[in-house]
Amino acid sequence: MDLGYWLPLFFAGAMGLALLIYVVLDGYDLGIGMLLPFASDQEKDVMVAAIGPFWDANETWIVLGVGILLIAFPQAHGIVLTSLYLPVTIMLMGLILRGVSFDFRVKAGDQHKAMWNRLFAIGSLVASVCQGWMLGAYVTGLTGDTTSTLFAVLIGLALPALYIMLGAAWLLIKTEGELFHKAARWGRLAVWPMGAFLLLVSIATPLVSETIADKWFTLPNAIGLMPIPIATGLAYAGLIWIFNSRQILDNGYGWLAFLALIVICVLASIGLAYSLFPDVVLGRLSIWDAASATESLLFTFWGAVIALPMILAYTVFIYRVFRGKATHLSYE
Amino acid sequence: MEFDPFLLARLQFAANISFHILFPTITIGLCWVLFYFRLRYTLSGDKAWEYAYFFWVKIFALSFALGVVSGITMSFQFGTNWPGFMERAGNIAGPLLGYEVLTAFFLEASFLGIMLFGKDRVSNRMHMIATALVAVGTSFSAFWILSLNSWMQTPAGYRIEEGVFFVESWWAVIFNPSFPYRFAHMLNASLLTAAFLIMGVSAWRALKQVDGPATWKVMRTGAVMAAVLAPLQVWIGDMHGLNTLEHQPAKIAAMEGIWETERNAPLTLFGFPDEEARTTHMAIKVPGMASLILTHEWDGELKGLNEFEGAHPPVAPVFWSFRIMVGVGMLMVLVGWWALWRLFRSREDSSANHPWLLRALSVMTFSGWVAVLAGWYVTEIGRQPWIVDGLLKTAEVVADHSSATVAGTLFGYVLLYAFLLVSYIAALRYLATKPARSLSLLPQQQLMNAERLEGDA
Ligand code: HDD
Ligand code: HEM
Ligand code: HEM
Repeated sequence: MDLGYWLPLFFAGAMGLALLIYVVLDGYDLGIGMLLPFASDQEKDVMVAAIGPFWDANETWIVLGVGILLIAFPQAHGIVLTSLYLPVTIMLMGLILRGVSFDFRVKAGDQHKAMWNRLFAIGSLVASVCQGWMLGAYVTGLTGDTTSTLFAVLIGLALPALYIMLGAAWLLIKTEGELFHKAARWGRLAVWPMGAFLLLVSIATPLVSETIADKWFTLPNAIGLMPIPIATGLAYAGLIWIFNSRQILDNGYGWLAFLALIVICVLASIGLAYSLFPDVVLGRLSIWDAASATESLLFTFWGAVIALPMILAYTVFIYRVFRGKATHLSYE
Repeated sequence: MEFDPFLLARLQFAANISFHILFPTITIGLCWVLFYFRLRYTLSGDKAWEYAYFFWVKIFALSFALGVVSGITMSFQFGTNWPGFMERAGNIAGPLLGYEVLTAFFLEASFLGIMLFGKDRVSNRMHMIATALVAVGTSFSAFWILSLNSWMQTPAGYRIEEGVFFVESWWAVIFNPSFPYRFAHMLNASLLTAAFLIMGVSAWRALKQVDGPATWKVMRTGAVMAAVLAPLQVWIGDMHGLNTLEHQPAKIAAMEGIWETERNAPLTLFGFPDEEARTTHMAIKVPGMASLILTHEWDGELKGLNEFEGAHPPVAPVFWSFRIMVGVGMLMVLVGWWALWRLFRSREDSSANHPWLLRALSVMTFSGWVAVLAGWYVTEIGRQPWIVDGLLKTAEVVADHSSATVAGTLFGYVLLYAFLLVSYIAALRYLATKPARSLSLLPQQQLMNAERLEGDA
């Protein structure tokens, strides 16, 4: 077996998977952060309680994603992060503000709570928009020209909409009563912009990159790929249906909405991976060109093979421990 | 004024890591202390220990949150500011950072949830295990990152082909010559920082008359830790210095302000190093001591800075930082022993009984931070102009951003950090001055859940 061929492939897959998990997991807590201003004070506490035990681990997935970029593709790591210097820096500041607001809002004294709530929401919004911006710039090959900028702006708006949907869906799982109905209402509102953006992004991607257009619209491929847009469309229709059906919501099947969103995220990632593969920087650097030395990859590979299943196991364990509706939880 | 983007990039990195390290320093040590509180409660059933746990776990959680978010910034920094470092040394640095994520970050971040919110959802044993796992995770994290940092100080186990580093032996890379010293010195520094933090806050509570039974138990715990660990730190530091002399003599020369190579070199206690004049002004010296301390022989030879003309670190910051660290270290020994002696001799726990000790302890609350930052400045500035000692220059790996970009983001970071630091200390003060009886012993969630269970039944 040729390790120099397979190991970069393995790490590219692992990186994609880590980022996908990140989008779903941190997506819901960023989404809840953005929804915070629309809730009453008491509801805010419950919303924070719904993400309290999870957010830190959720955020670790982006560290893993960027970590793999650095470990496995050091050449690309430099290009990607220096090109994205500004959005990365602003995103980090957003993440910092939001991450600390969790704790400060209950610890800094009641007179400051409103300020930390606001910073929490602002930080979440800033981080989400920047992540979209980064994704947009990355997908267009980090060229920095006008089309790519426009595209980055588009995704910068799309991603927060997706995160808000994830947040609303998470609240359907974690809350009850008044807040539950509010979450359903938020979901019904946000689902339209999310859909519109999804559609726009799908139309725009092949327009901004010929390589990508060729991959999708040449004949044998185009037919083989049809299941992806079709399944995405179905999942999206399902999502609308779930949020609008009292029956589903009232009978405790709200989690189906979260499932539908996961399906959409998975399909979108598959589509994206297909568009980019085998490049790690579109049109410039393939995963094999960018990969680090085989012996270094192998050393990390064994670590990953042992550690990743353990990480998955205790992640599942944590979610089981904290299953059920969130109660009003605070450190005090 | 036009700033050099290289200088700005260095400043930015220094600002970010300096902010970051404040919080790991607390969490690494404090987490083991929390585990101890938890264990004492389980073994003795004494509610005071449980109270101590719940009081300190809040401060731990806040510090942890700050540590995590500033750490995420760090992991992007290598790429945004030092892309050349990863391109050249990625084969070595990458896996070490990777192992940190895989073995440490997920462990601590995941079990933190149980530690903070899981008290009533898991068994007592599981809750203890979760606390221990978070502690293990933070120490693992220090293990990997310090291994990388030590490798940059004393590289080993590598070969270079066309400017790129490749690994010859992972064992030699991970357990490179300075690693054992740095790891021991840093772990101990964290425990000491935590010891003075818990003593300082407890002393403050006593002075403000909001102390309860747990306050004094915690203060005694801190006193024992400080009295034992502070002398230990001096000893480890001494060993660390011997190791540095062997591998990075220019750094030692800067630390000691030694210009000419000499035998029986005097120890400069104080003075103003001047790189232009290549001398230390107004030096107060103890004859022969530097040779004795660093070589453990009166006439041991020490290399002077003039042997490294053009390739030695800036002298003054290294010289001063070193004195600050050692000064704080000595102070810690004295205050630690004093606290131990006073607290265990006297039975009456009141602020009237220990007015001076309590004041001294509260002044020393953040002394660990001062020593840790000073120590890191010695280490890192002392490595300049190299990023990988003797092999790769820092200037070779910097990203070419415009100075306006870097200056702008640096400004943003510094503002943000200043704001957060003020908020952190204010929050600590706020928590510290809450009267003991106004804090409910258990998290509210537990009460609510208890109600829910009754409702269900
Ligand atoms: C001696 C200890 C030490 C040192 C020198 C550093 N760190 Fe750190 N770091 C930790 C000890 C630590 C920790 C104890 O594991 C933290 C701090 C508090 C915490 O929550 O975890 C952490 C958190 C932390 C996180 C967030 C982890 C998470 O999501 O849970 C990242 C990504 C980094 N660090 C990365 C870095 C990088 C790239 C560093 C160097 C350039 C660095 N740290 C220096
Ligand atoms: C945790 C405490 C640390 C502190 C307070 C610290 C402090 C500093 C400072 C002040 C500088 C600037 C030196 C100068 O340019 O004159 C620096 C540079 C640097 N340090 Fe550290 N450092 C720490 C840990 C680490 C670790 C763990 C690593 C890597 C594993 C690291 C890697 C670097 C790099 C890559 C640079 C930039 C290049 C350079 O200027 O040398 N540092 N650090
Ligand atoms: C008084 C006795 C002490 C001595 C002789 C001493 C010695 C040293 C030396 C020689 C270094 C530089 C090592 C190198 O870069 O090669 C160092 C670094 C450092 N010191 Fe100290 N130290 C002392 C006390 C302390 C105290 C009290 C603390 C903190 C509580 C501390 C924290 C650190 C840290 C964090 C570093 C940087 C990491 C490292 O290189 O280990 N030191 N110390």
